[in-house]
Amino acid sequence: MSYLKPLFKHPRLPKNKLGYTLKEYEGSLSTLCAGCGHDSISAAIVQACYEMSVEPHKVAKISGIGCSSKTPTYFLGNSHGFNSVHGRMPSVATGASMANKDLLYFGVSGDGDSASIGMGQFVHVIRRNLNMVYIVMNNGCYGLTKGQDSATADQGSKSKAGSINPFQAIDLASMAIELGASFVAQSFSGDKQQLVPLIKAAMQHKGFAFLNVISPCVTFNNNPGSTKSYDYVREHIEATSTLDFVPEMPEIKASYESGQSTSLALHDGSLVQLNKLATDWDPENRISAVNALQQARAKQEILTGLLYVNSEWKDLHGVLNTYHMPLNRLDESDLCPGEENLLSINASYR
Amino acid sequence: MKQAINDFIVRFANVNGTGSASANFLFAKTIFRMGIPVTPKNIFPSNIQGLPTWYEVRVSEKGYLGRREGIDLMVSVNPQSMAQDIKNIKPGGFFMYDSTKKLPNEYLREDVHYLGVPMMEMSNEAFTDPRKRQLLKNIIYVGALAKLLKMDVAAINQLVKEQFEGKSQLIQANMAALQLGLDYAEKHFKFPLPFHLAKRDLIGDKILIDGNTACGLGAVYGGATVMAWYPITPSTSVAEAFEHYCQEYRVDPATGENKFAIIQAEDELAAMGMVIGASWNGARAFTATSGPGVSLMNEFLGLAYFAEVPAVLIDVQRAGPSTGMPTRTQQPDLLLAAYASHGDTKHVLLLPSTPRECFDLTALSFDLAERLQTPIMVMTDLDLGMNDHISEPFHWEDEREYDRGKVLNAEELDHIGKFGRYLDMDGDGIPSRTYPGTHPTKGAFFTRGTSKDEYAAYTEDGAAYKRNMDRLLKKWDTAKSLVPKAQIYQEKNKSEIGMMFFGTSQFSAEEAKDLLAEEGLHLDAIRIKAFPFGEEVGEFINSHRIVFVIEQNRDAQMRKMIMMETDTAPSKLAPVLNFDGMPITADTIKSEIIQYLILEKEQDHELSKTTV
Repeated sequence: MSYLKPLFKHPRLPKNKLGYTLKEYEGSLSTLCAGCGHDSISAAIVQACYEMSVEPHKVAKISGIGCSSKTPTYFLGNSHGFNSVHGRMPSVATGASMANKDLLYFGVSGDGDSASIGMGQFVHVIRRNLNMVYIVMNNGCYGLTKGQDSATADQGSKSKAGSINPFQAIDLASMAIELGASFVAQSFSGDKQQLVPLIKAAMQHKGFAFLNVISPCVTFNNNPGSTKSYDYVREHIEATSTLDFVPEMPEIKASYESGQSTSLALHDGSLVQLNKLATDWDPENRISAVNALQQARAKQEILTGLLYVNSEWKDLHGVLNTYHMPLNRLDESDLCPGEENLLSINASYR
Repeated sequence: MKQAINDFIVRFANVNGTGSASANFLFAKTIFRMGIPVTPKNIFPSNIQGLPTWYEVRVSEKGYLGRREGIDLMVSVNPQSMAQDIKNIKPGGFFMYDSTKKLPNEYLREDVHYLGVPMMEMSNEAFTDPRKRQLLKNIIYVGALAKLLKMDVAAINQLVKEQFEGKSQLIQANMAALQLGLDYAEKHFKFPLPFHLAKRDLIGDKILIDGNTACGLGAVYGGATVMAWYPITPSTSVAEAFEHYCQEYRVDPATGENKFAIIQAEDELAAMGMVIGASWNGARAFTATSGPGVSLMNEFLGLAYFAEVPAVLIDVQRAGPSTGMPTRTQQPDLLLAAYASHGDTKHVLLLPSTPRECFDLTALSFDLAERLQTPIMVMTDLDLGMNDHISEPFHWEDEREYDRGKVLNAEELDHIGKFGRYLDMDGDGIPSRTYPGTHPTKGAFFTRGTSKDEYAAYTEDGAAYKRNMDRLLKKWDTAKSLVPKAQIYQEKNKSEIGMMFFGTSQFSAEEAKDLLAEEGLHLDAIRIKAFPFGEEVGEFINSHRIVFVIEQNRDAQMRKMIMMETDTAPSKLAPVLNFDGMPITADTIKSEIIQYLILEKEQDHELSKTTV
């Protein structure tokens, strides 16, 4: 791998509405393992932000700890980033959002960060419907500490050391719907065709947008017997557009069965075109979405695509009825009641 | 018993959840309105209904606001605690009780005067509604006390009218109950008691308020917009007060929108995370908690220290360790707070001792947090937070501007060349920061709890790490000049012995100082208001032979911090400790100091004998 990022920029690189090229949305060179699924997700975020013409500095990237949580360094270099503590990204994002409702918040987390140490915060940020994009880069293992099983590892999956995971996997997407997340999607790091539009839709959604993205660990979860290994995945590859070299997940074929197309309107009126959706399931119906996920689980499939969306629920700012201007822009004249009021407060305690 | 005007202690023994709090407050507030210094203290269980609770009121013409030993009058309406309550009265004292039922013989003490008032019977006769019967029973004893202690009845009536404004039925019922008590006492007892009240003008423009309300109000005035908290005794009323005053002063009249965001978090970890996220993003944010919450927040405090994010935490301390005594007071979190989190960390502490200081220091904490880009912890305690105290009134200079610290705007970023988030440009250890969203191409950086260089890039280079850690120490030195200076009680030292205290120990320590002076022992005194210690603290210690460090915890935590931070020899600092969960008293301080000095003398004596 190379250690320096080339500064060269092709003069005829296409530009978006703001006049920015893709380069303006990139970050530092990744230090993750070559071929890591996470880098593909970072690339999809870069692509989505470029295509959506967001001002890079109007985005805040917040993460916890782990391989996934390192990625905010590798995209949107002109955005502020906050690599906080393990499992606590949701609370930092909540505070940040309260301070400035005008920024777009990307929360990046992993399966250890969200499904184990940070489960409590994950649950409660859903409950509050915080207006943010929450991406879990889900590889079923702890990469940064060399491959221990995580809480999303499939039961029966074999680790690199040879042990069989005896525990049931936590299904973050089902759980998110159950808890009342207003936007839930599932995808695969290798499926950029699907991932980019999903991220774009998540960015447009006003409320908590959750993306559970399966992202294989090339180094520690790539052995025979692992349900997230290259070989196992390759055997199950379905015809799909693969822009990345990282292999597909086997279960993906299930979500591709239907060629039907449907479109969904988001809060701001934009449309999401859905092409990989099972025919008998309505992503605006929570019961239908949960049912479809349960059925897929029974068949050992992973459903990808937009699973559930609700554009009606108020986000946290709506619930708290916060001021239309960001709170961090208010000054003494807005915030301090002054000496005259203090005199009457004093009088009320005499 | 000799006559005593405005100098006695009344303790009320009630059952939790029976409405005694408002009757007892009525008693204390009337004395306040009579212009007499008064200090009420709640001694309550960790329980909502049914357990014993006490309310102790000290009246002090001399203005001593600390606790004092010795109960002159016990008002007992709780059979559960009666046996103990009778034992606690000082010889010659009085015992008022509900004589609806006859007092068992074993409760009779020869050296105590008994004042039986059939409160329940009277209340049942006068009122029909069961809830009212229970509530007004308490007002009946206030009426009896009014007669016995020469309370200003007009002042009581006025307070009742204020409390039940617009509810004329309730005002009438309360007035009737008061009169019942007054009449009963007039008919059955010799009045007034040897100790009683006389109107004075000793209060001036002071107010009677609890510290938690003052902290919440200080946060409103200090410009806090985001509050995240998790319910925990004894800090909860800070959040309640903040919300109350935000509703009053921070709702936009045109739109009805809130210029604040209050979040009840899922736990203290999340509460602190929210504070850090909001502060990072340029809002003034704070949390309020107690010791167990600070334990949970340690991880985030370390992050805020190392990543240099402002944060304000109000720690209303209670007795630990672990769940400890959740409704009892102590100052046990100093070491926890000062050095919170793993690695080399130090945090700024502010130590208020009155509601006025709760207000001032909470407002100031936001300036300090943003100036120093680090957590600031306001260390109050249950006694200060939940009890009403007579305090100087609040004051605010309307021209006062918030110190938002070193924050670069877009224009400044255009002119500075390469932005170094952790670059010390001014030599004070404080670098400049930027808020997210400031500039399209400049000023973005990555905030992290990992080591970084001056430009916020991740590094494992030992030299860069060390430079950063050394700069944080330089910032710590800068903090010393920014935090409030200690209060020194004398212009020039008058004694070779000093006393040092902070927070709620102030009242009793000052009283002890006077008591010792009355016996010919003059002590110099210093009250610490902040950590890190300013130079004046070291100078005070150096210029005295011995310094008594008065505090309310077992391990003499302030004494240890002084030893560590000022390199003072342990032998020079004598601990004076109180940690039974009750506010420290002047008697304790006085007797411990005397005892220490006697022992010291004996030792010196023996030493000289052996050397001879």
